[in-house]
Amino acid sequence: MPAVSKGDGMRGLAVFISDIRNCKSKEAEIKRINKELANIRSKFKGDKALDGYSKKKYVCKLLFIFLLGHDIDFGHMEAVNLLSSNKYTEKQIGYLFISVLVNSNSELIRLINNAIKNDLASRNPTFMCLALHCIANVGSREMGEAFAADIPRILVAGDSMDSVKQSAALCLLRLYKASPDLVPMGEWTARVVHLLNDQHMGVVTAAVSLITCLCKKNPDDFKTCVSLAVSRLSRIVSSASTDLQDYTYYFVPAPWLSVKLLRLLQCYPPPEDAAVKGRLVECLETVLNKAQEPPKSKKVQHSNAKNAILFETISLIIHYDSEPNLLVRACNQLGQFLQHRETNLRYLALESMCTLASSEFSHEAVKTHIDTVINALKTERDVSVRQRAADLLYAMCDRSNAKQIVSEMLRYLETADYAIREEIVLKVAILAEKYAVDYSWYVDTILNLIRIAGDYVSEEVWYRVLQIVTNRDDVQGYAAKTVFEALQAPACHENMVKVGGYILGEFGNLIAGDPRSSPPVQFSLLHSKFHLCSVATRALLLSTYIKFINLFPETKATIQGVLRAGSQLRNADVELQQRAVEYLTLSSVASTDVLATVLEEMPPFPERESSILAKLKRKKGPGAGSALDDGRRDPSSNDINGGMEPTPSTVSTPSPSADLLGLRAAPPPAAPPASAGAGNLLVDVFDGPAAQPSLGPTPEEAFLSELEPPAPESPMALLADPAPAAEHPRHLAPPAPSGLSESSQSSDRTWVGQRDSDGALPPPPTAGRMYLFYGNKTSVQFQNFSPTVVHPGDLQTHILSGPLAVQTKRVAAQVDGGAQVQQVLNIECLRDFLTPPLLSVRFRYGGAPQALTLKLPVTINKFFQPTEMAAQDFFQRWKQLSLPQQEAQKIFKANHPMDAEVTKAKLLGFGSALLDNVDPNPENFVGAGIIQTKALQVGCLLRLEPNAQAQMYRLTLRTSKEPVSRHLCELLAQQF
Amino acid sequence: MIGGLFIYNHKGEVLISRVYRDDIGSRQAADSAVSSSSGPFPGERLGGSMRRNAVDAFRVNVIHARQQVRSPVTNIARTSFFHVKRSNIWLAAVTKQNVNAAMVFEFLYKMCDVMAAYFGKISEENIKNNFVLIYELLDEILDFGYPQNSETGALKTFITQQGIKSQTKEEQSQITSQVTGQIGWRREGIKYRRNELFLDVLESVNLLMSPQGQVLSAHVSGRVVMKSYLSGMPECKFGMNDKIVIEKQGKGTADETSKSGKQSIAIDDCTFHQCVRLSKFDSERSISFIPPDGEFELMRYRTTKDIILPFRVIPLVREVGRTKLEVKVVIKSNFKPSLLAQKIEVRIPTPLNTSGVQVICMKGKAKYKASENAIVWKIKRMAGMKESQISAEIELLPTNDKKKWARPPISMNFEVPFAPSGLKVRYLKVFEPKLNYSDHDVIKWVRYIGRSGIYETRC
Repeated sequence: MPAVSKGDGMRGLAVFISDIRNCKSKEAEIKRINKELANIRSKFKGDKALDGYSKKKYVCKLLFIFLLGHDIDFGHMEAVNLLSSNKYTEKQIGYLFISVLVNSNSELIRLINNAIKNDLASRNPTFMCLALHCIANVGSREMGEAFAADIPRILVAGDSMDSVKQSAALCLLRLYKASPDLVPMGEWTARVVHLLNDQHMGVVTAAVSLITCLCKKNPDDFKTCVSLAVSRLSRIVSSASTDLQDYTYYFVPAPWLSVKLLRLLQCYPPPEDAAVKGRLVECLETVLNKAQEPPKSKKVQHSNAKNAILFETISLIIHYDSEPNLLVRACNQLGQFLQHRETNLRYLALESMCTLASSEFSHEAVKTHIDTVINALKTERDVSVRQRAADLLYAMCDRSNAKQIVSEMLRYLETADYAIREEIVLKVAILAEKYAVDYSWYVDTILNLIRIAGDYVSEEVWYRVLQIVTNRDDVQGYAAKTVFEALQAPACHENMVKVGGYILGEFGNLIAGDPRSSPPVQFSLLHSKFHLCSVATRALLLSTYIKFINLFPETKATIQGVLRAGSQLRNADVELQQRAVEYLTLSSVASTDVLATVLEEMPPFPERESSILAKLKRKKGPGAGSALDDGRRDPSSNDINGGMEPTPSTVSTPSPSADLLGLRAAPPPAAPPASAGAGNLLVDVFDGPAAQPSLGPTPEEAFLSELEPPAPESPMALLADPAPAAEHPRHLAPPAPSGLSESSQSSDRTWVGQRDSDGALPPPPTAGRMYLFYGNKTSVQFQNFSPTVVHPGDLQTHILSGPLAVQTKRVAAQVDGGAQVQQVLNIECLRDFLTPPLLSVRFRYGGAPQALTLKLPVTINKFFQPTEMAAQDFFQRWKQLSLPQQEAQKIFKANHPMDAEVTKAKLLGFGSALLDNVDPNPENFVGAGIIQTKALQVGCLLRLEPNAQAQMYRLTLRTSKEPVSRHLCELLAQQF
Repeated sequence: MIGGLFIYNHKGEVLISRVYRDDIGSRQAADSAVSSSSGPFPGERLGGSMRRNAVDAFRVNVIHARQQVRSPVTNIARTSFFHVKRSNIWLAAVTKQNVNAAMVFEFLYKMCDVMAAYFGKISEENIKNNFVLIYELLDEILDFGYPQNSETGALKTFITQQGIKSQTKEEQSQITSQVTGQIGWRREGIKYRRNELFLDVLESVNLLMSPQGQVLSAHVSGRVVMKSYLSGMPECKFGMNDKIVIEKQGKGTADETSKSGKQSIAIDDCTFHQCVRLSKFDSERSISFIPPDGEFELMRYRTTKDIILPFRVIPLVREVGRTKLEVKVVIKSNFKPSLLAQKIEVRIPTPLNTSGVQVICMKGKAKYKASENAIVWKIKRMAGMKESQISAEIELLPTNDKKKWARPPISMNFEVPFAPSGLKVRYLKVFEPKLNYSDHDVIKWVRYIGRSGIYETRC
């Protein structure tokens, strides 16, 4: 900038400003300004000609008045006039005024744009820069429209000065950020990349900023910048501190440019060219090496610049996530910073480590710092650093150190800041759940959590404990015992009372044997807390009491007394009053059987995404959750159970058992329209196979049939009962080819029925529910009756490595003669699978152990969702799936009469949609569907070509997954 | 109940701080206040950060507010701040309770009067010089936030500026009995050679008039101020042309009613000095009292009917194109030709984009004041039933703003030697049974001054 000469001092302006500064009060200031404004107005009156100097002076005064917060509604014209001046100072003031006080007056905008255009076209670099700065400062749409095309030209023109190029790059960046659609992409983009090779470091720095922004949208256009950036970076990194004179900042060569280059590289994957990659790795190593060198200066600026580059380097290494060596080195470097004197460095180190922890290469390396991090959590003075430490602990947690970390976090919780308590509570809850090796530890941890920080334990957390305890038989007894002990503390948190009330209400019977926790003791313990609790908790406790009546008839009189008390029956709260009245009546009117049915144990909760994980994500806000969601290491982070919120306040009413009777008495109320004979699809086992419709034997026969030869006296009979599932697109049992078969011809002592859920609760798209009914047809009691579902290949269906998540509810161990037992299976398809799960039923009949193993009719096509599509789409997709392994074809002889209607019904029943008018040959059938699994969706196209003369079919299946194609082809071929 | 009282200078620095209750300046006020502290000041007595917060809250939110705070009552974090401003000095009473705001303001005004009576003009300089005295006064006139005796005359008997004067026991007990006695505002044993009293009727007349001359609103608020130099404990009786009194008396003599009925005025509401016997006023509507020594305000009143408007303003504004405005204003005086109005000032607002003004007036002086965006026309004296005129040409600068000029009203200031409400003092009788002077021996002076309040005419 040319120095302002003495004559340009603008004395009047200085006097005015000092007048304003000397004003004693606001009123005086306003008076002075009014006076000045009147003066300027009289000067700007149309009939006087002002010289450039006074115009500049008055425009300056107006600007100053505007910046003091007063409205300025004139003077724009004078400012625009200044733009055409040839003096730098006048032009500069004109541009300044316009940048600050831009006015949408169309007339003026035209004049301004004209002036800018003239300056851009001039050969004077100073004027060009002024114009570019003005465009960037205003950055309005109009300006963008007017100049977006010119600026790239100036940027890449060979004869532009360095400073102009620099301004042009930054101006273009500003316009692009304001309205990306205005900046035209063209051949200049290729030349912009070459600015990275420019001699002038300022131009390079500006260009890197521009490219970093542009390449986010069009990464392909700027691909070539990677190698250029790498070479530029390596030149900087390897240069001596004196090489880049003006751009060396406290002995660090071009720190800003280095950081920007490293950021640019983070927009791209690792370079494929080995030479480039080698050079880059060398650079990164050099940076890491330099970090180890003793500092060249004691000044804080030196270390700041150095660390800025280092941290950017580390985030690039994390971004690439492919160099185990570098990752580990980065981790070690950060480890040193963990104990650094500077709080900021410790914060940054913890933050970067959080991302490092999620990389498979450096996870172990991060884990070595666990003690330091725990120490940081305890001793750090700054709360934000402690927060990062907690985040890092969460991120580095895995099965091996879960116990240590959870216990440390629990210990910290007692003294933690209030602001982060809730988050820590959530984290502890999640970690405890995710890495729970045994559930008693989990229950202990959560109860501890409630004890230490009850106020911060959100609803979700204690709901979750209840879900898990309800769904896991093996911890119920332990949980009941633990809460019973916890409740004995003289003062316990209300959340603890809630958990305790619910668990004892459900599973109090499991500890009732111990005289120290006999039913009356349990009741009086709970009731001692009753009066200290809020209404919601009291309501829950009332439900617990009525459940006690069912569990322990001996407490009935006491509980009825409590319910009858005026404080309940006439409670001011409607909910409490209603519960008291209803429960009291229920307990006195209903018979034991009815009570037992109504107050039955809660059924297990269906699988859902863990609600607490969802809550943590919500708390963190979008985007921030990624660091926490380490789904990469553990694909099914939503572990053990579903997140269906329990409704502890309602008495469980097992409606299925009521439905059951109606179901078997009548044909299914609704069946897919395609299956004309839906009525007789439902075959009671007693009718025998004779009732099979003319469709012939179905693949279902292969299921629910014993795999092992049945013992001659096997008392089992099975009933597969495809229930009304019309509203629900996914049925576990196919509606069309009936899924009924008698499994054991030799015996009619037991039958097993099965029906789909009709979706009382909207299940997730990949889940289904199956009801199994076991009937004892003999008059002798079955003992040790235990059906279990096993997936071939793994021992426990709960383990999520299997393709299906199957939850079962335990059934009573005794089945009386003539009685029936129902069991609910919640099945969720996690990924595609080939073999169906097995149901093994074990029981003792007349003292002799019996075992049955049956295939459950759950095949991959049960998760089929029909997809309608037009012929064009179909063929397009058909062509997309043209790889040989994606196709499965089978030519086979028809086993059944070839009837077009029946074939249609079978295909529909299989789950795919039938597409008309797709195949040119009307005889042929074409279908499409999607297999929904939790992990992925498999698109599936099929074509069936019957040949009536030869009594042959050709079946072609194309899916995106090879085994699925083959499997489906085989399954379907059996049908015809 | 006032929780505390603060006096600030124009910069917001605390000159006087007196806290009567602990509830003010608690946490809530602190939350809204930006913590910034003024330098240590001689007058600042308390150190606790709790009080600091209330002090700061007022400074930040009222004195240094971005937008000028117009309301005299400000609520910050459930704490109420009542303020009055005297030149550059802010007096603020602070409370957390639901007090009678009128009482608080009455007290603040009274306190201004008391301070003025002690050391003259209320200015930063004076307050700093007299801070000990002010604390002494505050101790006396406000106890635990409840206003006490604030009568200057009485206060002056025991709070003096002459340093500590040793008083005899008798004197002390006399002061005690007087201050706590029935007539706390007058001490006994006052003697004057010349018994004299001055009565001023001070009125301010407020008006808002439409351009066509229609009265939109008008009222007069007046005060009767008395300065008495009377010996002993005189019993006074004040009479004026109150409509109710006149009509009551007129019942006996019908002809008097018709004669004076026109001159009687209807008083909308009035308040009296504490010396007036309200029971007598309620029953007989007579104003009788034992006056304090020296100057005091006997009563305050307000009337809205039959107001004599001393001046009529007739504006004429014509816009000639976008760049010119012609204004012509005529004022007419509307009272007896023998009377002279003084200090007449007419203020004609000009648009914000005025770039030049030419004024022609026959009488007085007129000037365009750019700093106030107005033409100010001043006339020294003007007799009744006269007329004068000003015409101005205003040049405007075309602006980008499409906003139309709001045309603020033309305002006027003046002083006339009569009461625009029509109030007349009929008598002021003085009885002093113990001393040997009678009503006739007292020299009485009556003066009427009518001033303009907000006297505006729309144009």
